[in-house]
Formats: sequence, C-alpha cells, structure tokens
Amino acid sequence: MRRGRLTPGAVRKWGFIASFLAAPLAIYIIFFVSPNLQALQLALTNSRGISPDFQYVGLENFTRLFEDDVFWAAVRHHGLILLVMPLVTIAIALFFSFLLNLGGGQKNGQLSGVWGSSFYKVVFFFPQVLAVVIVGVLFQAVLNPQKSGILNSVLGWFGIDPVGWLIKPDLALWTIIGVMVWQGVGFYVVLFSAGMAGVPKEIFEAAALDGANRLTLFFKITLPLVWNTVQVGWVYLGIAAFDAFALVQVLSIDRGGPDNATTVLPLEIFRQTFTYYRFGYASAMGVALVFLVLTFAALTLRVTRRERIEY
Amino acid sequence: MKTRKQSAGLLGGVSHVMLVLWTILTVTPILYTFLNSFKTNTEIFGDSPLALPQQWGWGAWGRAWETSRIGEYLVNTVIVVAFSTFFTMLLGSMAAYVLSRYDFRGNRLIYTLFVAGLSIPPFLALSALYKVVDNVGLLGTHTGVVLVYVAYSMPFTVFFLAAFFKTLPTTVAEAAMMDGCGHARTFFQIMLPMAKPGLISITIFNVIGQWNQYLLPIALLPGDKQDKWLITQGIANISTSAGYEADWAGLFAALSMAIIPILIVYVIFQRQIQTGLTAGVGK
Repeated sequence: MRRGRLTPGAVRKWGFIASFLAAPLAIYIIFFVSPNLQALQLALTNSRGISPDFQYVGLENFTRLFEDDVFWAAVRHHGLILLVMPLVTIAIALFFSFLLNLGGGQKNGQLSGVWGSSFYKVVFFFPQVLAVVIVGVLFQAVLNPQKSGILNSVLGWFGIDPVGWLIKPDLALWTIIGVMVWQGVGFYVVLFSAGMAGVPKEIFEAAALDGANRLTLFFKITLPLVWNTVQVGWVYLGIAAFDAFALVQVLSIDRGGPDNATTVLPLEIFRQTFTYYRFGYASAMGVALVFLVLTFAALTLRVTRRERIEY
Repeated sequence: MKTRKQSAGLLGGVSHVMLVLWTILTVTPILYTFLNSFKTNTEIFGDSPLALPQQWGWGAWGRAWETSRIGEYLVNTVIVVAFSTFFTMLLGSMAAYVLSRYDFRGNRLIYTLFVAGLSIPPFLALSALYKVVDNVGLLGTHTGVVLVYVAYSMPFTVFFLAAFFKTLPTTVAEAAMMDGCGHARTFFQIMLPMAKPGLISITIFNVIGQWNQYLLPIALLPGDKQDKWLITQGIANISTSAGYEADWAGLFAALSMAIIPILIVYVIFQRQIQTGLTAGVGK
C-alpha cells in the first residue's frame, strides 16, 4: 500500500484519519486557535465590547500600555512572585520529600521515610485538590485583620498585636505569596517523592554505608539525582507566577488592592475586558503577558540545561 | 556509632516537629471552616475564636442550602464536567491516536498546532473568546462552557495521550488488522483498553482541572444567568454577596458544602489523584 495510491485500503485509511481528526480539530480551532489569533488582531484595534465597529489603531494600545502605571505595578508583582514563590515552595517541598522518603534512617539495611510518611503525603497534597477560589475564601477568614482572625488569634497567644495581613500595602502581596506556597507545597512533595522513588535505592544505601550523614545524603546525592524533576517543577511554578488570577481576585482587598498593591496582569486583563469592555486594550495586555511567559520559559530552558545524570 | 544514632534521633525529632507543624498549617483553615459553621456570630468574633462551638446545630447548613444555591451550583458543575470530560477524553484520544500511529501529510503540523496551545495562557484570548462564544449564540449556556472546556483541554490531553499511544506495542493492533478488523474498531476495542492507565490519569487530571476552573465560567456565564452558575463562581460570590453580611456561620456552612464532596472523593481516590495530577510533570 504505497502512499498516494487510491486502493480501497488507502481510501479507508484516509477516511478513518479524516473522521477521527475532524471533530477534535474543529472544536479546537473554533474555540481555542481562532480566539487566540483574533486576540492578536484585536490588540491592534480600539475594539470595545462585542460591537463590530472598530478601527485599527496600530500600536497605540501598546504605547498606552507602557505608560500605564498599573501595568508596570502588575509586572513588578509578577517579578516578586517569580523570585520568591517557586524558590520557597521548592525548598520546603524538597525538605519534606527527603524526610518522607529517605529521612527515616536505615531499617533492615534499607533506607525508608520517617514514621507516618504516607499519612503526611495524603494530608499535604489535599490543598492542591481544592479550587483556588475555595482557598481564597478560606484564607479570608484565616487572615481576617481583627483579633478574631484565626492567624491573629494564634499570634495573640504570644502577645503579638493583630496584623492587617491583606490591608497593609507592603505586606499584602507577601501574604498572597504565602497562600500560594501553602497550596503548592504538597503537590511538589508528591512530585519530588516520585522523582526520589525513581532513583535506585542502592545509591542512597551505598552512600549511607560509606558514612554519609543526612546533609551529605541530601545535598550531594539526592539533590543532583532529582535535579531534572526540580527543574520541571521550577518551570511549572514560574508559569503559575504569571497567573495568580483567582487567588488575587478572591482574596485581596478591592480585587488587586489595597491601591493596586497586589494586582497581576491576568486580573487587569479581566478588568479591562469585563468592567470597561476595552477588548482591544485587554488583548494588547494579553500579548504582553504571553511575551513575558514565553521569555521566562525560554530563559529557563537556556539557563538550566544541564547534563543529565545517568543511572 | 552511638553518637550518630543520637544525632539522628535529635534530627528525627526536629523533622517530626516540622512535619506536624505543616500538617496543622494545612488542616487548620479547613477544620476552622467546619467548626465555624456551627457557631454564632458572637462566638466567631468573640474573645476565643478558636474555641469549639457551644452548641452543635445544623441551622446554618439549612440556611446556606436555601440561600446560597450551593446545591444548584453543584448539580450544574457535575453536569458540565461530566460532559466536558467525556468529550475531552473521547475526542482527545481519537486525535492523539491518529497523530501518534498514522503517517500522513500534515500530521506534524496538526500535532504542533495542538501542543502549541500548552504555552499560551488563557488570558490572551479572553476578549476574543467572549466574542466567539457570543457570535455562535452560546454565551450563558452550559453547551458553550462544555465546548470551550473541551477545546482548552485538548493541548495537554493530546500531548499526553499521543506520547502514551507511542509506548504501546504495535503487534496486537497489526494482528487485529490482518484479521480484518477495521481501523475504528481496532481503536475502540483494542487500543483504548490497552491505554487504560494513561486514560485514567488524564481523566482525573481533566475532571479536577475542569471542576476547579474559575476564569472560564465567570467569563462565559454572566451575572444575569445565575441559574447556570458553576460551583467556583457561587463560592466566590457568597463571600461578597449581601445576604451573608450578617450570617457568617451560613457562609462557612456553604463553604463546607463545597469542600466536603471533594474531600470524600480525594480520600477514596487519593493515590489515583496524586498520580493523575503529577502525570503531566512526571516524565
């Protein structure tokens, strides 16, 4: 059955391929590809709402964007989230996954996790299953600025005055980052645990037999061996740092406040679209966001590319 | 030898403290939500907000069920996610199978088109998507949401399943074709059952992702279509809506109602859920 020959078998094969691809491709093109292409077009127009009348304005949306203080505030916030959130999440998750998989010392000549490991893995992962919106509403109560807020009442036991976690402009974004870490750690504990499980136990056991202590075991053996998984985790968390939409929208004061202190680009895009109906300007902001995300991904791939350890 | 054991004991102690601390940190907000649903406003805002409720009554739960429409939103979400996950899996596996197992002109291009979607944040097309869904007359309908969910789930589903189909042996399918089994029948009766582990992982991934989706419902199911709302929309709304200003216990009860089904499903399927959600990052 050579290619291009119209034997009955070839016709059947082509018919099969076409029938299997038609529906998925049609839905994907109509509802995903075309909106994204139209967004690139809208970004060059003064389109407002669903009205079909609009003019092309060239790069005017982008010049306005670069003079927009809120846009730059949002970009700075992504920068801070990107610097802090992935690093803290990965550090905590690595620490816990090490304890849960290899921290229990040797039993019958085999390295194992600390007592209760599987219980901790189940509990730590749970926030990941909750919708970000639910997490946001949960933390509204936890971070309530009054002394009856749960975090503030715990601090009260130690004689610390109530803190306005979300109402202080200098603190609010850090609080949001804290909640992102809270939700994310469990996922990376499980992910890194899978990475550690993939490394032959003999490597760890040989090192332990040679007298390596836990610090050496962690930094010299475990970390290099799961480095690939850590990298992948970093890319995922980095991309998450350019989102944060649902959490900021639900949890922060005045949706991105106080006074734009926590706003992020997705939130501004949403606001421009559904509050002001500036579809053209919102799409230009979307283009800027894609540019930032792709730049981050490309830089990460360049910087972190490293020899893979074969085992 | 003895000193090493002692230092290991001390380190073990510290590690356990850290693990227990993080457990408390994880559990407390959720536990506190349940407890507060049984309290009165004075108890919640009183001097000892962490104390147990004085009386265990389900009053707030009844009020929340009636006023917050949580039940309605849960039913809507179950319907939408059932349809969207089913069609995501059906259409995604069909496309992935053809793209991974058949050699034809344009294969590479179509595969790239699907997978390129992985790197585009959903916010770029927000305005344009609204226009597209409005143009086809599906704004404010569950059909529109289902179609958009399917489209937005395609990149990852096709990417993952195409890789999965490539790992399956070709001999069984070839033998079936020799025996006169058609292309479609080979797919449904031989390849799909063989791909079950991969299909389960990605089904779980899609169910949880679509269940927790927030941006798309608030964009596509506007405020005047409250009877169509999904659970995440409802939850975000109850924390700000006027009816709850005086009824905090009711708010916590409504929130609990949204958490409990997920908690139950998670406890039963936690192993599959953990594998499913980490599947994409794993290898």
